[in-house]
Amino acid sequence: MTADARRPEFTAEQLAEVRRLQGLYPDKRGALLPVLHLAQDTFGYISLEVEEYVAQLFELYPAHVHEVVTFYTLFFQKPKGRHVVSVCHNLSCYLMNAKGIVQHLEERLGVAPGETTPDGRVTFLTVECLCACEQAPMMQVDDRYEGNLTPEKVDRILDGLP
Amino acid sequence: MSENKTAEKIFTRNFHLADSHTLVRYREHGGYAALPKALGMEPAAITEEIKKANLRGLGGAAFPTGVKWGFIPKGSTDPKYLVINADEGEPGTFKDRYLMERDPHAMVEGMVIAARAIGSHLGFVYIRGEYVKPWRIVDGAVTEAYGAGFLGKNIQGSGFDFDIVIHRGAGAYICGEETGLLSSLEGKKGWPKIKPPFPAVKGAFGHPTIVNNVETIMAVPQIINRGAEWFAGLGTKSQGGTRLYSVSGHVERPGVVEAPVSVTLRELIYEHCGGIRGGRTLKAVVPGGASAAILTPDEIDIQMDVEGPKSKGSMIGSAGIIVMDDTVSIPEALMIVARFYAHESCGQCTPCRESTGWIYKMSRRIVEGKGRKEDLDTILDVAKRGAGTTICAFYDGAVGPYISYIEKFRAEFEDLIRNAHA
Repeated sequence: MTADARRPEFTAEQLAEVRRLQGLYPDKRGALLPVLHLAQDTFGYISLEVEEYVAQLFELYPAHVHEVVTFYTLFFQKPKGRHVVSVCHNLSCYLMNAKGIVQHLEERLGVAPGETTPDGRVTFLTVECLCACEQAPMMQVDDRYEGNLTPEKVDRILDGLP
Repeated sequence: MSENKTAEKIFTRNFHLADSHTLVRYREHGGYAALPKALGMEPAAITEEIKKANLRGLGGAAFPTGVKWGFIPKGSTDPKYLVINADEGEPGTFKDRYLMERDPHAMVEGMVIAARAIGSHLGFVYIRGEYVKPWRIVDGAVTEAYGAGFLGKNIQGSGFDFDIVIHRGAGAYICGEETGLLSSLEGKKGWPKIKPPFPAVKGAFGHPTIVNNVETIMAVPQIINRGAEWFAGLGTKSQGGTRLYSVSGHVERPGVVEAPVSVTLRELIYEHCGGIRGGRTLKAVVPGGASAAILTPDEIDIQMDVEGPKSKGSMIGSAGIIVMDDTVSIPEALMIVARFYAHESCGQCTPCRESTGWIYKMSRRIVEGKGRKEDLDTILDVAKRGAGTTICAFYDGAVGPYISYIEKFRAEFEDLIRNAHA
């Protein structure tokens, strides 16, 4: 990732995409979440500078963008690891020993939920229901759902990450 | 119940097909046949058919779908929007993910028919941000539908225009609440709005809006194809059709089960899902997602329509069934759900913001052996006082588990508290 969250600037192509997204909604502000997703994919996380930059694109105050960014769990305000591992700890996963999976990950990664490994490889989170309770205990690894977890399966998944 | 009726599949009928998410497969099995029929009907006649079918919202609130559509102001020249709530998030529920991954064209077809009924030319699908795979599949289906002339201008030569925009959420349970969802769709934090005005009168971007759940909208093409009487006849007096039950926890075969709404909770657990794992004993079951009051083993001989769980002081909700065997600590389970509500409260209303946080802390200290004698009554008091005082139903949903877990399993909580002081 070459784009810098400290000095954010979309390419001309991305700016065209921003305008296309804004045009899809009766009020262009509707495109704020999609554009924040685009910004996070581009700059890695949503820094205060990214908030200011996006605010300009929407003619909003940075504070309005900030209250949106801080409301949602999928927007990161700090740099995240190259991979994000999110273990569900809600009721159905709890019943199927999510606690054991969380403990295993804490030991294996050497960090607590909410932290990133020192090498910047993995951000480890515990999250509320991801709605895949039939495969409890489960976790999300980047874009993928991984279910019916055992410590061994977790190890295989982590070993397979680039 | 006749064998035929039990075997009837509406939502899962295409699930076994290879590439069931593709346009070609959907059309091979009768897909997009309801659309020309609906485009030839008067809009009001479509709504009437949905009313007669006794279709109720399958996202959680169980509001009659046709009645909701009928709330769009008559003769209004305002733009109207159709919004599909694909922000599945109720703990214990996963059916909309199955539906979007396996039969997305049924959603697209249902949306065009609903749009025709309410006079909308722009629809949104609000998909939770974590659902990346369902989002990609729905996106592919929408692109295919445009290519085949089922979306866009002059659909199938009818003169009717309808566009769909897919909108990804960003992680917030409250956006499954319909007015919170609309705030989020407008580019704001997902704060619910005071009703009235209801979304049908003043919804997305200030215009009349219908919000329907994924499963609800997918029933629509089948009702148009096969008739309201057929659909109504599959169900009970209070609700037509079949529905999807998401079953998880300590059953032998967790998963999505489609059954007529007359199915009993006992049948779902012991017949459809193979009973309790390892031959153990049932201790408790949540019948309608985490926000539904918990039931004891002597309360499971109920039909799983709108009325059944209500008769036991619970609710059908999203039909997410969470089964707990005799190894489960109910105080610990309460702590888990209390943590969820504390995390997901949007913070707008004081009773909800404060109570969810404090009740989580109290439930945790009980589990950690630091409970106080007065804690249980304090939780019950706070829960009961706050119910009904907030803008949306989130806190009422939290109150369901707080009260029922404690009232039905009080001795277990008291044991922990007594031992804390021993």
